[in-house]
Amino acid sequence: MSLHARSVAELAAGLKAKEFSAVELARHCLARIAAANPGLNAFLTVTAERALADAARADGARAAGTAGPLTGVPIAHKDIFCTDGIRTSCGSRMLENFVAPYDATVVTRLAAAGTVLLGKTNMDEFAMGSSNETSFYGPVRNPWDSAKVPGGSSGGSAAAVAARLVPAATGTDTGGSIRQPAALVGISGIKPTYGRVSRYGMIAFASSLDQAGVLAASAEDCALLLGAMAGFDPNDSTSVDAPVPDYVAELNAPLKGVRVGVLKEFFAQGLEGATGALVEASIAQLRELGAEIVEVSCPNLPLSVPTYYVVAPAECSSNLSRFDGVRFGHRCREPRDLMDLYKRSRGEGFGAEVKRRIMTGTYVLSAGYYDAYYLKAQKMRSLITADFKSAFAKVDLLAGPTSPTPAFGIGAKVDDPITMYLNDIYTIGANLAGLPAMSVPCGFVGGLPVGLQLIGPHFGESRLLAAAHAYQRETDFHRRVPAAYA
Amino acid sequence: MNQAAVREGWEVVIGLEIHAQLATRSKIFSGSSTAFGAAPNTQANLVDLGYPGTLPVLNREAVRMAVKFGLATGATIAARSIFARKNYFYPDLPKGYQISQYERPVVEDGSLEILLEDGGKKTIGITRAHLEEDAGKSLHEGLANASGIDLNRAGTPLLEIVSEPDLRSAKEAIAYLKKVHTLVRYLEICDGNMQEGSFRCDANVSVRRVGKTEFGTRCEIKNVNSFRFVEKAINYEVERQIDVLEGGGSIVQETRLYDSAKDETRSMRSKEEANDYRYFPDPDLLPLVIEPALIEEVRATLPELPDEKAARFALHYGLSPYDAGVLTSSRELADFYEAVVRDSGGGAPGAKLAANWVMGDFAAFVNRDGLEVGAARVSAPALAGLLRRIQDQTISGKIAKEVFERMWTDAAEADAVIQAKGLKQITDTGAIEAAIEAVMAANPKQLAEYRSGKDKLFGFFVGQAMKATQGKANPAQLNDLLKKKLGGP
Repeated sequence: MSLHARSVAELAAGLKAKEFSAVELARHCLARIAAANPGLNAFLTVTAERALADAARADGARAAGTAGPLTGVPIAHKDIFCTDGIRTSCGSRMLENFVAPYDATVVTRLAAAGTVLLGKTNMDEFAMGSSNETSFYGPVRNPWDSAKVPGGSSGGSAAAVAARLVPAATGTDTGGSIRQPAALVGISGIKPTYGRVSRYGMIAFASSLDQAGVLAASAEDCALLLGAMAGFDPNDSTSVDAPVPDYVAELNAPLKGVRVGVLKEFFAQGLEGATGALVEASIAQLRELGAEIVEVSCPNLPLSVPTYYVVAPAECSSNLSRFDGVRFGHRCREPRDLMDLYKRSRGEGFGAEVKRRIMTGTYVLSAGYYDAYYLKAQKMRSLITADFKSAFAKVDLLAGPTSPTPAFGIGAKVDDPITMYLNDIYTIGANLAGLPAMSVPCGFVGGLPVGLQLIGPHFGESRLLAAAHAYQRETDFHRRVPAAYA
Repeated sequence: MNQAAVREGWEVVIGLEIHAQLATRSKIFSGSSTAFGAAPNTQANLVDLGYPGTLPVLNREAVRMAVKFGLATGATIAARSIFARKNYFYPDLPKGYQISQYERPVVEDGSLEILLEDGGKKTIGITRAHLEEDAGKSLHEGLANASGIDLNRAGTPLLEIVSEPDLRSAKEAIAYLKKVHTLVRYLEICDGNMQEGSFRCDANVSVRRVGKTEFGTRCEIKNVNSFRFVEKAINYEVERQIDVLEGGGSIVQETRLYDSAKDETRSMRSKEEANDYRYFPDPDLLPLVIEPALIEEVRATLPELPDEKAARFALHYGLSPYDAGVLTSSRELADFYEAVVRDSGGGAPGAKLAANWVMGDFAAFVNRDGLEVGAARVSAPALAGLLRRIQDQTISGKIAKEVFERMWTDAAEADAVIQAKGLKQITDTGAIEAAIEAVMAANPKQLAEYRSGKDKLFGFFVGQAMKATQGKANPAQLNDLLKKKLGGP
């Protein structure tokens, strides 16, 4: 089997057995990136030198007998994670020349685990988008059809994994930014419980919703990576001080007897027929594997999109205030005065979608509107969270579609933000409630992948991963690679 | 009374917002040092600079200090309080928002008692005290056509202490401000240095016709950096507002700056120009939960508070409430006083004598030289040594002043100065009589006049006799002997 067709688990086994070295593996991946990236635009920065140095160190550790399970495994980071000495653009012109003087905790932890950094991946600007079209550096192409979007905002990570340029990549998920692109390119992706993975060094979009996670071919690979990323970080006050389970060891928990809830609201209007049929078929398969299928309802869930589009812009309007042209990031040429510096630096540095959300957020927090919008959205958020809580009193997991349709055409929705926002209709709920959720490939419609979404209770990552793993042992959708990248 | 300075028919309403910089070693949300005076931007780390991806982590020491203040003012300590973001753009505010507390502060509903000029007491309500981070500083001096930013101060912990509008004159405002100043230093939560800006005050001032119950429109006077200027700024503002209202105008709600050079307040920005701060809970910080155990732990560290100490001084040392208040205005002064009393002995009269000396010559010399009590050139045991010599009549009170001055300049002990200068009081009856007789012999005319009934001349003889003994004669003895001698053989 060629190197790039292997999963993280298989690569780790090959490295351990010294079938190939980490340097050989890194060179193989770098060559594939060099060939494919001009077409895909998945990577914004390729760190070849760093990758080879990391790989040589990994081989050294292997020789010295100090290698861990991920030593020598190549990865890529979404360009939202700060990397010491390597540009972190966040998909924005604002940070075109920004080189962070420190590593994000996720970056530090994965480096400590011995992974090899290949580069930084493209993304929607400041993670605001569902198609990767808001990136200042141009859209990422879907490896299954280059006229289609890969989803967003972690579109670069998703496309890079789907095209097997890298076996796994980090992502962030504020309203579906890991799960939706994973679904649209036919890979697996997990957004853990809010607080499970440190946000330190991850450029904030909406702090109460942002969560780092993994995109990889399989649930097993996600488990491997997540185990290395998760855990308490004293630098992030919202990270949770609870032990991290051995996700890999718990992968084989049986599906038999697990109660899987089918959310009525997820199969209502808006879900495209063929996509819905595939999701229903995959749920039927879970039943065949021993799961008990129960219909449940979260009546407030249909309000998650408007709720989200108040809360997330409110937080982003404040989080992005620091980009003022004073200390870092884009500064306009020859500002006349302070106000001119602010207006032009921000006006030039931010793209249209970011500006739209900053304006929306500023509006919903302003005097006279706060109660009607922000406060009301917070109340809705509590109701949605309570809905999930009562659902999880009856079931162990929830299942449904990740996205209402397969990947859509580049440019198809850019002029219609509302339709674009509705892409997140099934994913946003888990963010509002802080729940872990993942997407796994469950079939194809017209040659384009479709994702099955699984949502778990707080800190239910193990059960989520085990259910996905059980499904993937019986299916091969996660092993399919677009012909052009096989 | 206090209203004396205010124009007839008007009442003044003042509320103070005090920013006390908490004396933590590191900043409220980062590990940078809070020391004052370092080179610009050398004490600002990535968190203080608002670097993308960085997150705040609350300094628990700042919380303990806020709790300490709350306990000392009989306030409610919120079991759960919330940090909020106050959003506005300014170059010295790196994140574009200040982390503060808005709807749910850590301390609520406290009070302090102030002593009025007429000796009465008044309770001033403390609406709230909340934790927040300070901003940096913009520097304009020495920069042509540019501004500099120093972010060393950014993220320094502040306790903003907001009073009720209970103050009715500038004098009351100052009494309250001093009371808070004394308290935060007692609690060792703030160094109280107004020059360096670690204790700052904004005053909300309004006036209304006597008898009205609703408040007038207020103006906020920003950042006045001394007690004297706070008083002057308030007095100016009160006069200005009454002038406007009596002239038929109305007060515009606005922020004003006090210009100490011109002794006036000037408009800075009106309510319309004011920022909409768009406060909302900071999602980077969890609600601040304070367990009862922490409150008890902090309570156990509370020192004797100024009021308690003043009451004890009044009772135990027989001091007036005013003297007790002055002596307890700082922990250092109170400790100094008690050390003097302990070492000098002499019971209640000794304690009173010590109070007069500590508040009198000692305080005057300390102030003259701009020193802290701890750095005074006469120590408590040394001053006690001097007082012992007054009490055992070795020297008179008048000579003691001379001795004290010498002790201060030479850092000498009282006995050494008395010895060296020969200032020991003359108590030998024979020696005093000899001096009196010499004076009488030298002034026959005055003696004759006195004896013919001009009693007033007694003072003249006291003065002459004192002069003859270089002031060293025991005054009481001199008086007695003089009376006897002048009365005739």
